[in-house]
Amino acid sequence: MDNSNKATETVIATENKASVAVKKSDNIIEIKGITKVFDGVTVLDNLSLSIKRGQFVTLLGPSGCGKTTLLRLIAGFQTPTEGEIYIEGVPITSVPPHKRPVNTVFQKYALFPHLNVFKNVAFGLKLKKIPDATAKKGYRKLTKAEIEEKVNRALKLVGLADYGHRDVNSLSGGQQQRVAIARAIVCEPKVLLLDEPLGALDLKMRKEMQIELKKMHEDLGITFIFVTHDQEEALTMSDVVVVINDGVIQQIARPKKIYDEPSNAFVADFIGESNILSGTMEKDYTINFLGRSLACVDKGFEKNERVDIVIRPEDIVITTGEGHGHFNGEVLSTVFKGTYYEMEVLASFYEFTVQSQKEFPKGTKVSLEILPDSIHIMKKMLTINKYIGEVTGENRVEICGGEFEIPTEGFSSGDDVIVYVPFNAVELTDDEEDGVIGANVTQSLYRGTYYQVQVYTDTDEDFYIDTVDEWDMDDRVGVRINGDLVRLERYDREKEAEDEEPQS
Amino acid sequence: MKSRKAKVFRPTAFSFPYLAVTLVFVIFPLVLVLVYAFRGEDGTMTFDNFIHVFSEAENLRQLGATLGIAALSTSICLLIAYPVAFILASSPFNKMAILSLLFIIPMWINFMLRIFALQSLLSMIGVNKSYFSAVIGMVYDFFPYMLLPIYTVLSNMDKSYVEASRDLGAGPVKTFTRVTLPLSLPGVISGISMMFMPIFSSYSITKMMGDANTTVIGAKIANLFENQNYGNYGYGSALSFVLLVIVIIVMLIGSFLSSRTNKAPKGGKA
Repeated sequence: MDNSNKATETVIATENKASVAVKKSDNIIEIKGITKVFDGVTVLDNLSLSIKRGQFVTLLGPSGCGKTTLLRLIAGFQTPTEGEIYIEGVPITSVPPHKRPVNTVFQKYALFPHLNVFKNVAFGLKLKKIPDATAKKGYRKLTKAEIEEKVNRALKLVGLADYGHRDVNSLSGGQQQRVAIARAIVCEPKVLLLDEPLGALDLKMRKEMQIELKKMHEDLGITFIFVTHDQEEALTMSDVVVVINDGVIQQIARPKKIYDEPSNAFVADFIGESNILSGTMEKDYTINFLGRSLACVDKGFEKNERVDIVIRPEDIVITTGEGHGHFNGEVLSTVFKGTYYEMEVLASFYEFTVQSQKEFPKGTKVSLEILPDSIHIMKKMLTINKYIGEVTGENRVEICGGEFEIPTEGFSSGDDVIVYVPFNAVELTDDEEDGVIGANVTQSLYRGTYYQVQVYTDTDEDFYIDTVDEWDMDDRVGVRINGDLVRLERYDREKEAEDEEPQS
Repeated sequence: MKSRKAKVFRPTAFSFPYLAVTLVFVIFPLVLVLVYAFRGEDGTMTFDNFIHVFSEAENLRQLGATLGIAALSTSICLLIAYPVAFILASSPFNKMAILSLLFIIPMWINFMLRIFALQSLLSMIGVNKSYFSAVIGMVYDFFPYMLLPIYTVLSNMDKSYVEASRDLGAGPVKTFTRVTLPLSLPGVISGISMMFMPIFSSYSITKMMGDANTTVIGAKIANLFENQNYGNYGYGSALSFVLLVIVIIVMLIGSFLSSRTNKAPKGGKA
């Protein structure tokens, strides 16, 4: 108990420090260069993120993307492999979870089964020490009356005013959810962490809780960090959406911006339905795809730069009869979705997904018109295959476990090289024996005028190939390279290791 | 309709062999005990045997001693087994292989053999037969029965309870006393009942490990039956019957406690 005075002093000291930090920035949480590795698997990769005070921030991504890990790092259940997390300017990675000013609503609620609703909510309050100058140690515990008042207020806030005496196991999922929220907010945390809290509820309940949580956020004024894989939930509730994939932040933006201006093809594909095509920027404000040049609102790309294009299904204007728009097509299928119809339209050999209030029956000849501001243009995530290899002889370079014929002028045998292989320099062969190495087809995407095929080699490398042929998934194929299109660059292993800036 | 008649086997049919065994080896002997307990030497119904049981001061003393040795052994076992179960259930040690190697494999050896070996070991290091060595024998022999239920409860406990407790401001110690311990009580209670009841009626361990003063009620019952004196059957049965009733009472208390700990206490306010 001798330490307790010291402990309170430190608390005060850190609070002072915190208030200084607040003046500097309005960020309640700063995550700087966080990396988390589990059993050799990198779950979060040098991730940095700032969260503003009072915001409703959603971490959105497919399962396994690292969003829950990030939340658990903030809560303190896990420690980062590298990096630091600051709450109000104070580094907290070495602070144990019970001393952090955050509270968590768990995915499966984690209500204590041996305690009733009231005692569950009161759990945190009974442990809480509040500063009190008149008390001997400078702090005191909350009185019974204070606890009772706070618990009842919290239960009222979540709409369970008369449920204090109830056994938590006798409550429905939605009610348990509310108790879990009450238990967390009653401690008056600076940040409330919510780990997919609505995942276990049925659709109707989920919609209700979304609205209630949003309202609670407005009433309480504290920062919410909400983890979900449900893009609709993220867009409905958040001030800011952080889209995460493979442990890397893909985009941080307001919901509207995430939807309208996805920063890359992953975000576009993950958020809502979309038509994703490949095209080339002819010049500023002009994009070419599916063999047509169309006006767009983007600029600043290189001439003829290959780009990804996203067109939302509801942005395509569809009219009966050919010749009214940019593309002529035929309706392949039509499905009623409750408030709109969704059609698959084949036009210029691409299957567009189109949404409309009006039904266009299967087989109808239609025109599709795409207005300039409906065309969202994004930099291609990957524009060239890049490998590290070794020159093994004259015009011979070894990459991915195979020796390819590539001109090696200026290099000598044994040199380490970076090998740039354009997508169109790769050729696939039906028979594995005809290629230099064998690989499996992992993806085959139709990009308007050609297929983008991805193959996976036995040495764990990917090849992207542009081809006019369609390749079946999981096919075993041979890989050949047209060496004349390949560019070599000297590779300095030591220098590279230093320079390599991990993306964030 | 036809197919219904054709259905010879019903799932309940599989319980018949068990029922038959129970009937012959459990129910029937119990009825016999009951009959002997209430049967006088002349074959008429009588309470004489029970009067005999309660009028002899030695019986009550031995019952007390048996309760004492059972309670002491169980408590010691609990104090050792809980930390072991806790460590085994916590992540780095949570490997069934270690558990079975250390605590289950000894159970494959015949228990009389184990007790005999233990007794030899104790006498080698100079521990004589006594009340104390009998307790050591009990603890040694019943340890797995205490360990396994506690281990099972702890290792199956959802880790998010501990996380929730830490999240709400409880340090490791408070998390243990307020969450982990109360939630593991059902395992503790079943461990206690799995150990307390057999110890209460067993006599071979005390016979081998204890000295002449360490007599338990089980030994007396065995004596009464082994002496081949037909008249003692009634007395022995009455004594067994009293033992049975005590065990049932202990069991009922146990199941009452475990059902209480599984439920939230009624009555609300803090």
